[in-house]
Amino acid sequence: MSLENTPLASGLEAPPAPKRTRFEEAWRLFRRNRMALAGLVIFALFFFAAVAGLALTSGSRPLLDPSAVRLQEKLRPPLSMPQAASLQPGELPAFGIYLFGTDDLGRDVFARMLQGAWVSLTVGFVAVGISVAVGIFMGGLAGFYGQRHIRLEQLLVTAVLLTGAGLLATGFRSRGALLLVAGHAWLFWSISPWGLQRWKALPPGLGLLRKNTLMVDTVIMRFVDIMLCFPSFFLILTVVALLPASIYNIMIVIGLTSWEGTTRFVRAEFLSLREQDFVAAARALGVGNLRIIFRHMVPNAVAPVLVSATIGIASAILTEAGLSFLGFGVPPPHATWGNILSDGKRFIFDAPWLTFIPGAAILIVVLAFNLFGEGLRDTLNPRLRERN
Amino acid sequence: MIAFIGRSVIQKIVTLFFVSVVSFAIIHIAPGEPSQVDPLNPKFTPEMVERFRQAFHLDRPLYVQYGFFYRDLLSGQTLSWKDNQPVLHKIWERFLNSLPLFIVGTLITWTISFPVGIRSAIFRGGAYDRGATFISYVLISIPGFFFAYMLIIFVVSQLHVPVIGMQTFGMTGTAWWFRVNDRLWHMLLPSILGATGGIAVLSRYVRSQMLEVESQDYVRTARAKGLPWEMVHYKHALRNALLPFVTMFGLILPGLIGGSVIIESIFSWPGLGRMAYEAILARDYPVILTINFIAAVLVLIGTFVSDILYVIVDPRIRL
Repeated sequence: MSLENTPLASGLEAPPAPKRTRFEEAWRLFRRNRMALAGLVIFALFFFAAVAGLALTSGSRPLLDPSAVRLQEKLRPPLSMPQAASLQPGELPAFGIYLFGTDDLGRDVFARMLQGAWVSLTVGFVAVGISVAVGIFMGGLAGFYGQRHIRLEQLLVTAVLLTGAGLLATGFRSRGALLLVAGHAWLFWSISPWGLQRWKALPPGLGLLRKNTLMVDTVIMRFVDIMLCFPSFFLILTVVALLPASIYNIMIVIGLTSWEGTTRFVRAEFLSLREQDFVAAARALGVGNLRIIFRHMVPNAVAPVLVSATIGIASAILTEAGLSFLGFGVPPPHATWGNILSDGKRFIFDAPWLTFIPGAAILIVVLAFNLFGEGLRDTLNPRLRERN
Repeated sequence: MIAFIGRSVIQKIVTLFFVSVVSFAIIHIAPGEPSQVDPLNPKFTPEMVERFRQAFHLDRPLYVQYGFFYRDLLSGQTLSWKDNQPVLHKIWERFLNSLPLFIVGTLITWTISFPVGIRSAIFRGGAYDRGATFISYVLISIPGFFFAYMLIIFVVSQLHVPVIGMQTFGMTGTAWWFRVNDRLWHMLLPSILGATGGIAVLSRYVRSQMLEVESQDYVRTARAKGLPWEMVHYKHALRNALLPFVTMFGLILPGLIGGSVIIESIFSWPGLGRMAYEAILARDYPVILTINFIAAVLVLIGTFVSDILYVIVDPRIRL
C-alpha cells in the first residue's frame, strides 16, 4: 500500500511529458488575450442577466413587470423617480426607480430589457445548437461515409417518401398516406433479415435496383452548394413571414439556414482524421465505426466547430434583432431587444434612450461573442501554442 | 480549360434547377395562400378569389404550377400578383435605384480596407493594429439599424441635412447642381452603412493575407539582401498578397441583391431590398421567387467568374 506513495513509484507511474492538462494549457493561452477575456466576462454577465431576467419577469406576479402600462409615466428618461402620487401601489417599479426610463406606454424599459435578454440568449444558443447538430451530422456523413455509393433502390425509396410527404402536405391525403405506407413497408422489408436474404436471389431485371448511383459526398456537398445559393437573410425573412409568428420558428429557421459552414469544416476535418494512425489503430483493434466516429474523431474535430459556433451565436443574435426590428418575430407584448428599438425609433429625438439602450446592449453582447470566439480560435490553433 | 468550363456550367445549371425547386417548394408548402391575404377587403368575394386562383393557375397541382411559373419567368412574362405589372420590369427599375448605392458602397469598402489592412499587417501588434482590430470587431458586431439611427441623429442634428428617401421633396425645377448635391447627401448614409460590414471583414482579410505572404521565404530573402523597406513590403509582399482579391470581384456580385433589406427600409430607399420586403409582406410569390432566382443566378455566376479569374491570375493552378 505504502509503495504507491514513495517518490520512486510515482515517478515511474507519472507520464513524462505534459505537466499541465490540455484545458490548463488552453486557459493559460486564453488568459493572455485581454479582449477575449473581456468577451468571456461579458458573456457570463449576460448569461446571468438573462437567467435573472427570466426569473424576475415571468410568472403571474413578477417582481419586475415588463408589460405594466402606466400611461401617466410615459417617456421618462433613465434614472428618473416615479411620481408616486399618481400610481397605484402595485404599479410602482421595482427598486423605486426607472433605471432605464420608460417607453411610450410607460412600461419599465429595464424590465423589458431583462425579458429581452432571455430571448436573445435562447435564440443564439438554440439556433446555433440546431445548426451545429445538423452540420456535424451532415459533415460527418460526408467525411466518413462519403466514398460510399447510394443504390438506385435507396434513391427510389427516398423519392417515394418525399412525394408522399409532399402530397400529404398539399392536401392529397389518401394518395400521400398510401405512398408513405408503401415507402415504409419497402424500407422495413429491405432491412429485415428476410429481405436481405431475398436480394441475392432476384430476377436479373430487378438487379438494376442494386446499381450504384451517386456518391454520398457528392449528394451532401451539392446540397450545401444549393443552400448557399439562397441569400440567407432574405430566405429567413421569407420563411419567418410565411410561418406563424413565434420565437421557436425563428430559432429553427435561423438554425436550419446556417449549418453549411459547419458541414464544410467537419467534412474537411473528418477527411484528414480518418487517414491518421490512431484511427487506423482503433480500426485494427476492431472498434466499431460509431465508436470511432464519436469517441476518436469528433473530439479532434470539435475545435473549429466550437469557434464557428461562438461566432454563429453572435450572428444569430444579430439576425433575430434584425427580424424583430422589421416587425417579424416574437409577437408584441413580449419584449425583445430588437422590438424595443423598433418601437423606440419613432421617438428617436425625444427619447433617444429607447434606441440607445437596446442598441448598445446588442452591440456589447455580439461584440463579446465575437471577441471570445476569436480568442478561442487563437487558443485552439496548434500553430500558436508554445512548446513547453 | 474548355472541359472545366463545360463541366462547371452543367453543374451550375443542375444546381440552379434544384434551387428553383427548393424555393418553389418552400414558398408553396408553407401555410397560408395569397388569395387569403386580405379577407376583410370587400372586393375579395369568393368569385373573385376563384377567378384569381384560375388566372394564376393556383387550382392546379404544384408541379404544373412550377412548370407554368418557370416557363413565364424564362420567357420574361411573369406578372406580379399585386398590381399585374411585369415582374422583370419592376425589378429592373428598382435595380437601377439600388445600383448607385452598391457601387458607392463597394468603392468605399475597397478604398478604405486595403490601406487599413496593409498598414496593420506591416505594424503587426502595434497600437494601430490593435486599434484597427478592435474597431473592425465593433463594426462587425454593431446592428445595422442601430448604427443607422446613430448616424441619422448625427447628420440631421449636426449638419442639418435631411437624409430619408432618394431626394428632398420639391427639388424638381432647381438647378442641377443642387439636385446632384441633394442626391449625394441622400446616398451618403446608406452607402456608408452598406460598406461598414464589408470594410471590417475585408480589412481583416487583407491583413491576414499580407501576414501570410510576409512570412514566406522570398520576403525574408529580399529583406536579407538589403532591399529598401518599401520595396520589400510593396513590391515583393503586397503584389502576391493581392492575388486572392482579384477573384473577389466575382464574389461581390451577389451583393447586388442581398443584404440591403434593413438599410433600404430605414432610409425609405426604393431599391431591390425594399421591394423584396414589400413582396414578402404582400405574399407576392412571383416577385419573391424571381428575386430569389436572380440572386441564385448571381451567386453561381459569381463563383464561376472567380474560379476562372483564379486560373488566369495564378499560374500555379492548372485544371
